[in-house]
Amino acid sequence: MATVRACVLYGFGINCDCETQHAFQSAGAFAERIHVNDLISGGRKLSEFDILAFPGGFSFGDDLGSGKVLGNKFKFNLKGELAQFVADGKLVIGICNGFQSLVKMGLLPGLEGDYFTQRATLTFNDSGKFEDRWVHLKLNPSSKCVWTRGIEGLYLPVRHGEGKFVAGDSVLDELERNGQVVAQYVNASGGIAGYPLNPNGSLRSIAGVCDPEGRIFGLMPHPEAYNHPTNHPRWTRGGVRGVEKHLGLKVFANAVGHAAATKARRAAVVQG
Amino acid sequence: MAAHRIEVGFKPGVRDALGEGIAKRVAEELAVEVKSVKTIDVYTIDEENITKVHDSQNRLDARKLDFLAKEVFADLIVNDFSVDAPLARNGDFDFAIEVGFRPGVTDNVGKTATAAVRDALGPDFAGTVYFSKQYLLSGVHSQQGAEGIAKGLLANPLIERWTVKSPSEWGEAGMGVFIPAVQLVQTTHSGQEEINLGVGEGELAQISKQRLLALSLGEMKAIRGHFSSSEVRLQRVAVGVGENPTEAELEVFGQTWSEHCKHKIFNALVEYGDESGVVTKIDSLFKTFVRGATEAAKKDWLASVFSDNAGIVSFNDDWNVAIKVETHNAPSALEPYGGALTGIGGVNRDLLGAGLGAKLLFNTDVFCFAPPGTKVPPGVLSPKRIFEGVRKGVQDGGNKTGVPTVNGCIVFDGKFAFRPLVYCGTGGLMPKFTKAGAPSHEKAVKDGDLIVMTGGRVGKDGIHGATFSSMQIDPDSPASAVQLGDPITLKKMADFILEARDAGLYAAITDNGAGGLSSSVGEMAQLSGGFEMHLERVPLKYPGLAPWEILVSESQDRMTLAVPPSKLGELMALAAKHEVEATALGKFTSSGKFHCLHDGRTIAYLDMEFLHHGVPQLRITAKWTPPMLEEPVIALPFDYASILSQMLSRLNICSKERVIRQYDHEVQGGSAVKPLAGVANDGPSDAAVLRPLLSSNEGLVVANGICPKFSQIDAYWMAANAVDEAVRNYACAGGDFGRVCGLDNFSWCDPLPSATNPDAEFKMAQLVRACTGLRDACAAYSMPLVSGKDSMKNDYVFPDGRRESIPPTLLVTAMGKISDVSKAVTMDAKSDGNLVYALGTTSNELGGSEYYAMQGFVGANVPKVDFPTARRLYLSLGRAMGAGLVASCHDCSDGGLAVALAESAFAGGLGMEIELAKVPVAGGVARDDVVLFSESASRFVVTVKPGHALEFERAMAGNAFAKIGEVVAQDNFSIAGLQGSKVADCSIAALKESWQAPLR
Repeated sequence: MATVRACVLYGFGINCDCETQHAFQSAGAFAERIHVNDLISGGRKLSEFDILAFPGGFSFGDDLGSGKVLGNKFKFNLKGELAQFVADGKLVIGICNGFQSLVKMGLLPGLEGDYFTQRATLTFNDSGKFEDRWVHLKLNPSSKCVWTRGIEGLYLPVRHGEGKFVAGDSVLDELERNGQVVAQYVNASGGIAGYPLNPNGSLRSIAGVCDPEGRIFGLMPHPEAYNHPTNHPRWTRGGVRGVEKHLGLKVFANAVGHAAATKARRAAVVQG
Repeated sequence: MAAHRIEVGFKPGVRDALGEGIAKRVAEELAVEVKSVKTIDVYTIDEENITKVHDSQNRLDARKLDFLAKEVFADLIVNDFSVDAPLARNGDFDFAIEVGFRPGVTDNVGKTATAAVRDALGPDFAGTVYFSKQYLLSGVHSQQGAEGIAKGLLANPLIERWTVKSPSEWGEAGMGVFIPAVQLVQTTHSGQEEINLGVGEGELAQISKQRLLALSLGEMKAIRGHFSSSEVRLQRVAVGVGENPTEAELEVFGQTWSEHCKHKIFNALVEYGDESGVVTKIDSLFKTFVRGATEAAKKDWLASVFSDNAGIVSFNDDWNVAIKVETHNAPSALEPYGGALTGIGGVNRDLLGAGLGAKLLFNTDVFCFAPPGTKVPPGVLSPKRIFEGVRKGVQDGGNKTGVPTVNGCIVFDGKFAFRPLVYCGTGGLMPKFTKAGAPSHEKAVKDGDLIVMTGGRVGKDGIHGATFSSMQIDPDSPASAVQLGDPITLKKMADFILEARDAGLYAAITDNGAGGLSSSVGEMAQLSGGFEMHLERVPLKYPGLAPWEILVSESQDRMTLAVPPSKLGELMALAAKHEVEATALGKFTSSGKFHCLHDGRTIAYLDMEFLHHGVPQLRITAKWTPPMLEEPVIALPFDYASILSQMLSRLNICSKERVIRQYDHEVQGGSAVKPLAGVANDGPSDAAVLRPLLSSNEGLVVANGICPKFSQIDAYWMAANAVDEAVRNYACAGGDFGRVCGLDNFSWCDPLPSATNPDAEFKMAQLVRACTGLRDACAAYSMPLVSGKDSMKNDYVFPDGRRESIPPTLLVTAMGKISDVSKAVTMDAKSDGNLVYALGTTSNELGGSEYYAMQGFVGANVPKVDFPTARRLYLSLGRAMGAGLVASCHDCSDGGLAVALAESAFAGGLGMEIELAKVPVAGGVARDDVVLFSESASRFVVTVKPGHALEFERAMAGNAFAKIGEVVAQDNFSIAGLQGSKVADCSIAALKESWQAPLR
């Protein structure tokens, strides 16, 4: 199988880069931590990679709005390379602060093939507080999202102060129509519910969205933080059941599998 | 116009959660009702200080400003904005308040904004952006009311300025432009002026006082003696400095010899007289007790203790772990947010500067506050404001740098109104050998290595921080001692340093904390034997600093490196990639001299040996007189359900979930036991367990012990209980008793005699006793101490000379290993039918307890630790846990057995049926309240599956323990008293509500 190469960004206050790298490696990828400035300087190229990850953290301290300054850094310095990366059918994930960057750049939701106009936002939690708590997610089985294929639900931690997904009604309707609403906050039995189960007051309980092609995925909860059974807050109680047993690593395995298959197919086409 | 204002606010209909939160706090903390608060972010773009040659095209015109507003400052989905006009209109508010930083205070948002504008417009933009926040208040009807809100909640005059405007003052311009640029008029002395020390004693003492040197007369005389030696004179003349010390040199002595840096009290020669009049001489409490404990433990897994910025111990064959805990009490009293933020930043830097640098792994933070609502003297912030400020500082300091806050606690006592205690701890991970092959726990500095400063720039902030923390607070405490840190600069620097370490680009590293460059370079230079530093090369935040200020400034987020000249190029390139500033300031030498120059002129030329070892040893007298205390007479209660409810609502016992949730406690992905546990993720964990290496099951266990309340009776037992509490919390989670190390952090009241401190000898005796208790406990548990710190001036002196002191407090932090995190245990009862065991003996030890405190008593029977018995119990419990026989384990501390049982039950969502008659008790215990609420040490509440009972009991044989009841599926928590009849029967939901309500 062709090696899948993942670029895990770091620098400027990104801080979940090591565990995100670990998640990709556990899934069989060759994952490197790449400093944002190594891309800007041209020392490294996005074209070397199959997957690009914007990990969680506090890029630029959340000053000027979470994810905004990092998003602009890409928009003003790497727009062409990033557009090409997306056009090549490669995969992108943004987790928490990374999701905020993708949304503020416009890469998500990427409606009508426009990847650089902001159409939605992630803003201050209704509670007015940063909070660390585990949430139940219902995943959309009819979504095209390659990252979540075959996963019906997840139990993951959120750790943010600006995670409320907001967009106009027409945008929200379109996201729903297109199957771009990938993950929603729910209660333990899968029903839509209020705070604290929806930890931030997101409209339509949206926790994660993808682009129309399903290759760019962003979410507020942290799949890389559930990388071991003992990460579950109640593992000592035994009998972790149902979707709660799915480690967040499944998300990364899906992507690596998809990227490997795409690579293999392309190699076959070239040879054929 | 040379300056522009861009204002960003929420669109109508979009929720302003920050504003809502402020309205709520105004009501809660100031008891003032406001109708609503709206917030607006204000960015002031100053083009005045553009230094590059610019034509008018490069100026910000309307088109560029509109572009910046839309692309950089506003989020158009939720925000409205305005350019060079107020966003708020007359009629939108009753009063508008705008709060910004005072000139020179770290403005993190402004700094990010400046960089973001440069990203958008290109590198030619050379202006500066300043951030301020506008609050639009509705429902406030007087200027005075608005001022009160500004001063009481929104701004701290030590670091911030504000403007209040009413609609009638608003007009077209709104707030108008204000640029907080630093305008220093060069009036400060260069530091070259000589100070004649050939004066009388009175004048000598006056010099120390006037210059805020905080040096005693004896120390001033030692300096005078040194400078009068003919050898020193000759050397000085040879390099062109005068015979007398320069101002800069005196500042260096003030820093290096401060209590904060030299720990003079812990190194003093003490004459301790006990209650029977027997006098013992102790040559250094530190050597005798602290290092004594470590030597007694004889552990072969210690890598570096007491010699570096942090203690370093072995984790496994390939990795070491390092840990440090510090206090940041004095700054937190004046500016709680900044104090906590810089406290965390400081201890983070200690880890980056431990050995060759450790990766930051976790934070652990412990606070001591006065209960909200406690009356405070003038010049002291309200306890609630301190609580909230410190909490926010820890949140930003930990979350923004990606370091999980894994464990901590909050202690409440009215005496902390005068000085809150803020303990910040950090652990780190480092490979035993760097990729370049060097042992990572050792530093080496060679003659000729370059002095490189990296990270933040130097300003006037923090000047006299080290000496300030060595003085008590009075209403005129200097504002320059307060500052803010920048977590993102720190994070960028940490990324840079770990890469530079792995590439072998430096030979030694240390942080710039108290004393600034004077301390960091001065201390590191001991490894080579001297240095030569050129202060004009130091990058400054703004021009106008005197050389001596550059030398001693404590501006945050800086490290000092020793860099071999051959590596400088590579190091600078790496720094540039990370956008971290790094500057070579001179070189390390073997000259034996502390040599600082400014523009080629020597301003300090000091003998390294004298500077570091010349401070005269203090002599302190300590006299122990046991306080006259007696046990209260309390009528036997009959309704323990309501007493238990009240106990659970006490501040020292109740849930701290609201605080804990605002800390990221699981970033880095290794969390195995979180601060909250149980069926609803909300029970109080005893210790944290984490996997530092994500591909391994090996874990670290971190716990704390702190019980200042016992100091009222005897500081010996206060310290012994603190050690025991840390170790038993550690044991609760499954920590390996043979692999635990400890850290001691003393926060004391001044034990040096003065006119306003008549009982100094007693306070010193308390310190001696605490050190003895610490040593005895650590020796009994074979727990080496690997790092520690002391803060000795936690007093408040009123203008009339009256003094209030904190209760003498020792925080003990325990860290160690668990070989497999999947063997860790949490505190929540797991399943109905499980058996409940009490481990350890309950004695009549209610002295200092929460139960007595609730009724206004202290008592006399302080809990005493029976060390050998406790040691045996911990070893047995560890074996039982390793064999998987323990379903849950919770320690008995504040509130005793009853509170531990209730917490374990409701965290598990299960009831319990308990029989007090079965609890192992010491002779003479015959009252239900004693069994329920005594705070005897070394006790646990454990639940065990029925199938494991036999094996568990076999593992515990030889210890005092008993099966005292059962976990039940029903909601009720019921207790049969010593006489057999029910003394409490209540619902766990009600108990949990009592426990959660107070600080929700």
